[in-house]
Amino acid sequence: MAKIIQVGMADLKIARSPDRLMTAGLGSCIGICIFDRSLKLGSLAHIMLPSSLQAKNPENKAKFADSAIEVVLDMMLQNGASRNRLQAKIAGGAQMFKFSGESDIMKIGARNAVAVEEHLHKHRIPLLAKDTGGNYGRTITFDPETGDLLVRTIGHGERII
Amino acid sequence: MEDFTQLSGLQLDALKEIGNIGAGNAATALAQMIQTKIDMNVPRVSILPFADVPELLGGADAHVVGIYFMVTGPAPTSILFILTAEKAGVLVDMLLQRETGKTDIHNLSEIEISAMMELGNILSTTYLNAMSMFTQLTFIPSVPALGMDMAGAILNAILAQFGEIADHVLLLETDFTKDKEEVVGHFFLLPEPGSLQTILTALGVSF
Repeated sequence: MAKIIQVGMADLKIARSPDRLMTAGLGSCIGICIFDRSLKLGSLAHIMLPSSLQAKNPENKAKFADSAIEVVLDMMLQNGASRNRLQAKIAGGAQMFKFSGESDIMKIGARNAVAVEEHLHKHRIPLLAKDTGGNYGRTITFDPETGDLLVRTIGHGERII
Repeated sequence: MEDFTQLSGLQLDALKEIGNIGAGNAATALAQMIQTKIDMNVPRVSILPFADVPELLGGADAHVVGIYFMVTGPAPTSILFILTAEKAGVLVDMLLQRETGKTDIHNLSEIEISAMMELGNILSTTYLNAMSMFTQLTFIPSVPALGMDMAGAILNAILAQFGEIADHVLLLETDFTKDKEEVVGHFFLLPEPGSLQTILTALGVSF
């Protein structure tokens, strides 16, 4: 039986086909899918913040772009993935509220997106597709079988990247 | 104190009482604005992990309406008033004194958005006024920011500000009743680190 595995906020999971990975309601957060298509093995991390370095409570590694990518890499490699076959797709990083005189904190979505791309690049994982930015939420489902990432929104359509 | 989970019963009661006084004042202000009475009260106050908040609203991808305020002053805080899109529609009908079911939540007009924002303004300022009265502290709310989208998306944009520090929020459930219609809204208070201690000390219920 194929399952849809739910990934919560500041959480990460891996799955093998026919199972799929899903996370609901990404706002400024980003869903990072790193996968090995030939093994049909995939992962999904739902990160909230760009960096664990300035955090007072860095224990939950899935909360931060930098530490989540490291944990996911280890898990993928332990499950037999090959480092040079790893690829990534990302979605999220929206700006949900707009104030006049915006502070940096309100642009957290854009900062998350930059951090995720930087860390993927640092680990030499090619970013195949992204659906980031905007001012709306996203619910995403990743299929390790095909490498397809389904992005659903309220009022901004549905697409596969 | 960094976290709501360490609050005592007495401290919670104090925050709830402020909520009830605030709701009473809000009901009066609202009655003056729309010339009709909507009852408001705060039946429950609870502390919960931020991650559990989407479940209250029907899941992380449930369609909700959120009104968000940043509050500055000696005890910086954020306020979020949030309810399901369906209930928001009923509330807009109450505010505009129409039959229930007239509001198309997917396609709100200027006046409907403005009604929601004004309600958010009234709720947050009356709560903050009640809080000021008891604490002698000044609270200055920003203009409201309205978000209509998935519950998870709205919440995580706000949590991102707190994600590095506190994981718990204070929830004041607010009931609105007019005629036979009832709407439950969720009013969240999210003090920045240190702010909660400042408020409780000023209330005279610190440790």
